[in-house]
Amino acid sequence: MTLEELAVGETGVVKEFTDLEMSVKLMEMGCLPGETVKIARIAPLGDPIAIQVSGYQLSLRRFEASTIILQ
Amino acid sequence: MKADIRVALVGNPNTGKSTLFNALTGLNQKIGNFPGVTVDKKTGICQLTDGRRAEIIDLPGTYSLYPKSKDESIVFSVLAEKGSDLTPDLIVVILDATNLKRNLLLYTQVADLKIPVVIALNMMDMAKKANITIDIDLLSKRLGVPVVPIAARQEKGIEDLKQAIAYANKVALQVDTIDVRSIAPALIADIESATQTDNPYFALQLAHQHEHLKFLTTEQSNQIEALEEKHAFHSQKAQAAETISRYNYINDVLYDTVQTPDTAHEESISNKIDHILTHRVFGFIIFMGVLLFIFQSIFAWSAYPMSLIEDSFVWAEGLLRNVLPAGPLADLLIDGVVAGLSGVLVFIPQIAILFAFISILEDTGYMSRVTFMMDKIMRKVGLNGKSVVPLIGGFACAVPSIMSTRTIENWKDRMITIMVTPLVACSARLPVYTLLIALVVPNKNVWWIFNLQGLALTGMYVLSLVSAVLVAFVMKFILKARERGYFIMELPVYRMPRWRNVLLSMYERSKTFVLQAGKVIIAVSIILWVLSSYGPGDRFEKIEQTYSQPKYTKTMTPDSLARVISTEKLENSYAGVLGHVIEPVIKPIGFDWKIGIALITSFAAREVFVGTMATIYSVEGDADRIDSVQDKMRKAKNPETGQPVFTLAVAFSLMMFYAFAMQCASTVAVVYRETKDWRWPAAQFAYMTVLAYGMAFLVYHLLR
Repeated sequence: MTLEELAVGETGVVKEFTDLEMSVKLMEMGCLPGETVKIARIAPLGDPIAIQVSGYQLSLRRFEASTIILQ
Repeated sequence: MKADIRVALVGNPNTGKSTLFNALTGLNQKIGNFPGVTVDKKTGICQLTDGRRAEIIDLPGTYSLYPKSKDESIVFSVLAEKGSDLTPDLIVVILDATNLKRNLLLYTQVADLKIPVVIALNMMDMAKKANITIDIDLLSKRLGVPVVPIAARQEKGIEDLKQAIAYANKVALQVDTIDVRSIAPALIADIESATQTDNPYFALQLAHQHEHLKFLTTEQSNQIEALEEKHAFHSQKAQAAETISRYNYINDVLYDTVQTPDTAHEESISNKIDHILTHRVFGFIIFMGVLLFIFQSIFAWSAYPMSLIEDSFVWAEGLLRNVLPAGPLADLLIDGVVAGLSGVLVFIPQIAILFAFISILEDTGYMSRVTFMMDKIMRKVGLNGKSVVPLIGGFACAVPSIMSTRTIENWKDRMITIMVTPLVACSARLPVYTLLIALVVPNKNVWWIFNLQGLALTGMYVLSLVSAVLVAFVMKFILKARERGYFIMELPVYRMPRWRNVLLSMYERSKTFVLQAGKVIIAVSIILWVLSSYGPGDRFEKIEQTYSQPKYTKTMTPDSLARVISTEKLENSYAGVLGHVIEPVIKPIGFDWKIGIALITSFAAREVFVGTMATIYSVEGDADRIDSVQDKMRKAKNPETGQPVFTLAVAFSLMMFYAFAMQCASTVAVVYRETKDWRWPAAQFAYMTVLAYGMAFLVYHLLR
């Protein structure tokens, strides 16, 4: 399953990415395989979402979240 | 005086880098441009503890040496270029102690360039509050560099950092981080011998970034490109491998140096604030409230300083008029230069207030939440969450708003925002609208509460926002994206704004505006002055001769005679001639040559319209009094038909023209400054003129 499918408050562990270009940007921001991610909140209009990762909050669009495959 | 040592300040965004820069340099700062790009270069002088002076260069905040925006691309090029007047002797890497892991990525990249490094470990107070314990000595030993704990906001540890800078090694002693060569062994070896470097990471970065590095010759760049092809180098794959291996190294370093309690980031105060500020319903209500407050304040707080500036210029003009001997030189100085200068300086209060608010919103972290909430809507019309602020600021003045688009990383989104911001009804259009609406719209209520004039004015404001959104939507399909759009953005924790940073930002932005846009505005004002005070051939002498005849001097008071003469002169000046020349073009939208003159003179600034109308219709007494101008305009008759000139159709057609046309030299100047390419302001000017003409034509023929 992908990060996009998680609900608010749920956690998962990053396994791999489906999009190389996005993965490079996400990994730089500390979102890399083995990291635990938690959905912190969803924007009022349903997109983007905010996740808790490696000790801080990161916001990303749903499409970007859908490229992150969880364990 | 030259500095003894040059220090580059590098760090992630939101780590307190500019606060540290301000703490180190105080007011000894200078803003310039990095050579060849529009990225602001902030430098300052820091007095070190041993009496030497260090020049500090504040590099743009970045998460890694691989650039994601134009600003970020400067970082590697400054650090890597040898022997330029920016090459640092020492790098201070500022790290956020509450988020060491992600912050260390940039450190490991910078460290591998093998330039001496000192770490400033910031936010030690916040880390303590979150129960994060850091073994600083062990961390320093592991990395092989001095680590200075600081709290930049509280100005704690700044002296220690200055000392560390003063006693820093001349050679790089940092421990190797990762095995860089293993990423692309053959390619790195080849680039090293081709560019005569012995730094494998420098060689690897050249492979990634050679296309954008100005210090490489085309020959060198082509050579690197050829080597890349030879070794089948895949930039993104290499970068992914590097990032993973760096994080492995970081995990090893942090394993026994940093203890983070599991609950450190759970349900923080920041999270609680976010529950309200990004709430489904309250989130938008609060945002609207904040906007309304900013909008109101820009008008309310700037009114007094603006009239003060205007009054002092009126006073200065009067003074100069008395002191200087009358003649063309005095006229040029007073009506050209001083009037132009006042047109520039009068914007300062609005610019300063808007930037104070923007800097507070950014400093507190609220701006990222606005972006977060608005991104979905704005993306639909080709904009970006970050476009909201410039568009709203556009109601006050497009100039500071366009300057504030720099926060938008995506090139296409930023360009569209710059292109549509001048459509938003700025405060300079207000006097034009009030004059024309009062002229043709009856002051009467409909459905008891709605005043017709008020409705017309509101309509003009709504129209401006709608047109900005529609044009953005069209441009979304015209402009080609240079990069894939994405929205991976840190949501920083909420913090109190730092008032010193707010004041500095107000001061810097106003100064930049006066120096950059000011030149163009004054030049245009002088040109307009020449156009309206000189005429072709001997027309002016003839007017003087005509009105020196006794039949005029005997029957008219000197005041009204002077007015008639100035009206006649304006008609016969180059501006007046131009008005006649463009009359065939503007006739289809209902304008005569007199309005043509006003269109030409108000190219420099829209509000000049009222003043020009006053001159054309030779208003008695104070030309600034709108009701007397109105009276004259109402009585104006078309000499051919005998009908009033300013009918409902003409007035609304004129308002449409002012709503859409780019009649603002300051905006043109600032768009050029921000895009560094004349084609952008030219394209903007062209599309807005076409739109203005089309809308005016449409409205004139519908209402006629």
